[in-house]
Amino acid sequence: MTQDLSKQSNRLQDGGRIDRSKPLTFTYNGKQYKGFEGDTLASALLANGVDIVGRSFKYSRPRGIVAAGAEEPNAIMQVGSTEATQIPNVRATQQSLYNGLVASTTNGWPNVDTDLMSWVGKVGGKMMPPGFYYKTFMYPKSMWETYESYIRKAAGLGRAPKESDPDIYDKMNQHCDVMIVGAGPAGLMAGLTAARAGARVIIADEQNEFGGSLLSSTETLNSKPAAEWIAEVVEELSGFDDVLMLPNSQVNGYHDHNFLTIQQHCTDQFADRAPNGQIAQRLHRVRAKWVILATGAHERPLVYGNNDLPGCMVANAVSTYLNRYGVAPGKDLVLMTSNDNAYRTALDWHDAGRNVVAIVDSRKNPQGTFVEAARERGISILVGSGVIEAHGSKRVSSVSIAPLNETGDVIVGSVVKMAADTLATSGGWSPVIHLSCHTGARPVWNDDILGFTPGATAQKQLTAGAINGTFSTVQVLEEGLSAACDALAHLGLDKPDAALPEADDIEEGKAMALFHIPHTKPTSKAPKQFVDYQNDVTAAGIELACREGFESIEHVKRYTAMGFGTDQGKLGNINGMAIAAKMLKQTIPETGTTIFRPNYTPVTFGAIAGRDCGELFDPKRYTAMHAWHVEHGAKFEDVGQWKRAWYYPQSNESMQDALNRECLATRESVGILDASTLGKIDIQGKDAREFLGRVYSNAWAKLPVGKCRYGLMCGEDGMVFDDGVTSCLAENHFLMTTTTGGAAHVLSWLEIYHQTEWPELEVYFTSVTDHWSTMTISGPNSRKLLEKLTDYDVSKESMAFMDWKPMTVAGVPARVFRISFTGELSFEINVQANYGLHVWKELFEKGAEFNLTPYGTETMHILRAEKGFIIAGQDTDGSVHPFDLGMSWAVAMKKPFSFIGKRGMQREDCVRADRKQLVGLKTIDPNVVLPEGAQGVLDPKAPIPVPMVGHVTSSYWSANLKRSVAMGFVKGGLDKMGEKIFYPLADGRVIEAEICSAVFLDPKGERQNV
Amino acid sequence: MFHIYCPHCCEYREEEEFHASGQAHISRPLDPDACTDKEWGEFMYFRANPRGIHHELWVHGAGCRKYFNITRHTQTYEILEVYKVGEKPSIVANEAK
Repeated sequence: MTQDLSKQSNRLQDGGRIDRSKPLTFTYNGKQYKGFEGDTLASALLANGVDIVGRSFKYSRPRGIVAAGAEEPNAIMQVGSTEATQIPNVRATQQSLYNGLVASTTNGWPNVDTDLMSWVGKVGGKMMPPGFYYKTFMYPKSMWETYESYIRKAAGLGRAPKESDPDIYDKMNQHCDVMIVGAGPAGLMAGLTAARAGARVIIADEQNEFGGSLLSSTETLNSKPAAEWIAEVVEELSGFDDVLMLPNSQVNGYHDHNFLTIQQHCTDQFADRAPNGQIAQRLHRVRAKWVILATGAHERPLVYGNNDLPGCMVANAVSTYLNRYGVAPGKDLVLMTSNDNAYRTALDWHDAGRNVVAIVDSRKNPQGTFVEAARERGISILVGSGVIEAHGSKRVSSVSIAPLNETGDVIVGSVVKMAADTLATSGGWSPVIHLSCHTGARPVWNDDILGFTPGATAQKQLTAGAINGTFSTVQVLEEGLSAACDALAHLGLDKPDAALPEADDIEEGKAMALFHIPHTKPTSKAPKQFVDYQNDVTAAGIELACREGFESIEHVKRYTAMGFGTDQGKLGNINGMAIAAKMLKQTIPETGTTIFRPNYTPVTFGAIAGRDCGELFDPKRYTAMHAWHVEHGAKFEDVGQWKRAWYYPQSNESMQDALNRECLATRESVGILDASTLGKIDIQGKDAREFLGRVYSNAWAKLPVGKCRYGLMCGEDGMVFDDGVTSCLAENHFLMTTTTGGAAHVLSWLEIYHQTEWPELEVYFTSVTDHWSTMTISGPNSRKLLEKLTDYDVSKESMAFMDWKPMTVAGVPARVFRISFTGELSFEINVQANYGLHVWKELFEKGAEFNLTPYGTETMHILRAEKGFIIAGQDTDGSVHPFDLGMSWAVAMKKPFSFIGKRGMQREDCVRADRKQLVGLKTIDPNVVLPEGAQGVLDPKAPIPVPMVGHVTSSYWSANLKRSVAMGFVKGGLDKMGEKIFYPLADGRVIEAEICSAVFLDPKGERQNV
Repeated sequence: MFHIYCPHCCEYREEEEFHASGQAHISRPLDPDACTDKEWGEFMYFRANPRGIHHELWVHGAGCRKYFNITRHTQTYEILEVYKVGEKPSIVANEAK
């Protein structure tokens, strides 16, 4: 163990909440290191004396660990020991150490210690001023891809795994009375109070153990170390059945109506890959009656020259590493502060046996409990001064200190230099108001604490502790208690007995408003003073943005990129606003507020996707005959969620060969199509017929029982959106069919009109799409085939075109419809879905002698195009009415009720003569097939821009006609029969075609009337 | 994500079960044929986009499939009331006509 310790040069001999009996080995940038259980990756790196954890984004400057929590801007790691388990964007300060952890820096190329890119920072610097993107990368546009890859390589964005993630992620929906965000003193006190009152409580904290700030503090509660009080509370909370405690869980988003998302690290905090199929991460989706935000505060660093050198840290982070992890991240400390609170860091450093070089306090006359304690220990305090610059190459080696005026913005004396390897700074605390901002609340500036606190919200939300700018432990605990009592009162629950623990009596003097320390040189010439480390935004950059006329803080932020990226301005935003405010000679609240958006920290895609990936991404719908299609080599196409057979290639057939064979077989003998996916809506009620007349453009009043009719459905604008055949099953009972893709929309269309416009009509709609298997046999031999499977009379006399009859087919009760989408004699056989495969197989058994040929959607498309039948959605696009389609026969203008679409299709624009109309297109060369989507022109030699008169909507090779067939829109096309039209293509060809009737085959309809 | 009370199911349900269907109280003219093109265009295409109180038609699509109305604040996203089709809202914007 001593051996391990000796390697960890910055590890203290004792102390901290780490388990020294459990040493862990981890790899960082290819090198092995040791740490202990209880460490974070950051504390272990510091224990091992690792100073540089990355290179900065623009200037490629070496960067070290600055903070100890979610606000860490520099130590962004790529974690994962295998390609498949790579996770980018992990904050080393939030990653628990585990045995075998593999981490690497995500920026710094080729490596962080010697970086090729650093010449940019040293030589250029000016190469990437604020607004760099806008100024530089705009031109030339063609270079953007080159710029982008260069920038991405330089910027520490990490990388996604190239292999698929083997871990399982999960989502869970939760409901509770009180959701408490943060398990520091305020959160724990609130949780305890709510739990004792019997409320359903969820309490989540991003850290691996509850306690928040108390975990790194030396305070006592009830005269015992604070850790003991935490343990008592945690133990009591775990005894409640209705309390869910979530450590390692980041509340990342606070959404409408008290909906919160929590990313829980279940195993990825302890293992590269989840053991034994456990869940790696879980996304909790919480709906809370009341929310208590006890999210605490982040300490603000001060802004001074070279403040990004490794060894420059936020004061409280230094205390955290000392007290919680037993790590002293250096030997000689200078502390710069504008407040009493940060004195604790110097006390902790001193008490750990390390050398405090000096406390540099910007105030003239600091007084308070911690100040006195520092004086008692004989620590040197330089009052009315500031550190104006840190010196060193890869780590701080000395600091320059200068006396400042009362307001801290002018140097009033000579500069002294002191040797130190660690510089901790504190400009006060910024409440963590991110989640509050997610709800749309505008933060409110508070002059007493020099920070923003949560603004008014419409959510059922309360706040407690440091988020309110309340920093003393006594008051924080009180607020936790009272927030819980308020929530309980709203919930109608009685207050429980709850005694506040006794906390230390601490007096703190007034803090000074200090953000940016002046330098002997003007800001633009001084060594870089960083505001936002992650985005390399400097004080000079913000001043430049203001000088260039960006006065709104929102514009300054966009121009400089301050507060962007995964950091979201946790450390830098307030400092940046203060600098802009000073530049613009106004106060911080006048400069604006700062808004934070979800997510608080980066969330893995795994947690967002949960189980909704791979096979479970989207439901797949199969017909009852699917297995048969697969067995017979069908290729499938997706139609919505349906898997539809597309065509059935045999042996080495090409797609076109298969289509030719299917088309010829159907027209020569008989083909069969699985049409089960067509939408089917069962419509019943005494007003069903009236309702149909209102939603279809044609007449329904006289359709007798036993008959079917084709109908067009239009919107109020008169434009066709769906079509299908509806059959009269009984006087008050109809079966409507819709397109496969339009079924859901048509059902809601019927519902919305019934429920909101015509509730007086007695009519009911039920989707029965999945209840029926539908197979269409089509072709001259279809009747002979059907006769082999039924005893019913299906002769022309007994069953005419557009009749339907109930009968028994293959021993199964069936509805058979004599309707046709191919122009051939056709029967659509509908049976209860579970019988589908049986009937289908029987058809093939009996159909062998007729060469019964299965065909898919593609042959269906060709056969209907030969007949000029439209497909809603292919030959219509929401801008064509029935007259445009040449389907005036399907519009009954004289119906008594003004049906949906009637008024719309009579608008001035709809009755223009030169509307685009659907016509047939015959290429002059019969072997050429027009590409669908091709735009037609009447004169190919017209000067550019050539007026375009309409596009090709459907185009196929017709094996039956031994030529190409096409349909398309042409302006005024119905009056242009026989005229020529030209289709210039992108490849330079111009295809010439003749405008003709869209009915290419059997114009008199003799084939289906047999 | 909204938490919506369905006045037909009489329960709060997650927004995922619902679907917004546009502005409420747009009724189809009783005699469309008597409308001018302008009137018909206004019925079809023109919708309010207020900052503040707004009445919307929603459907409980993955539940009872019934339509109902929601009075919602478009800035705070608060749902101020829900009421059935055919009923009048009790909360209306001050400047409402």
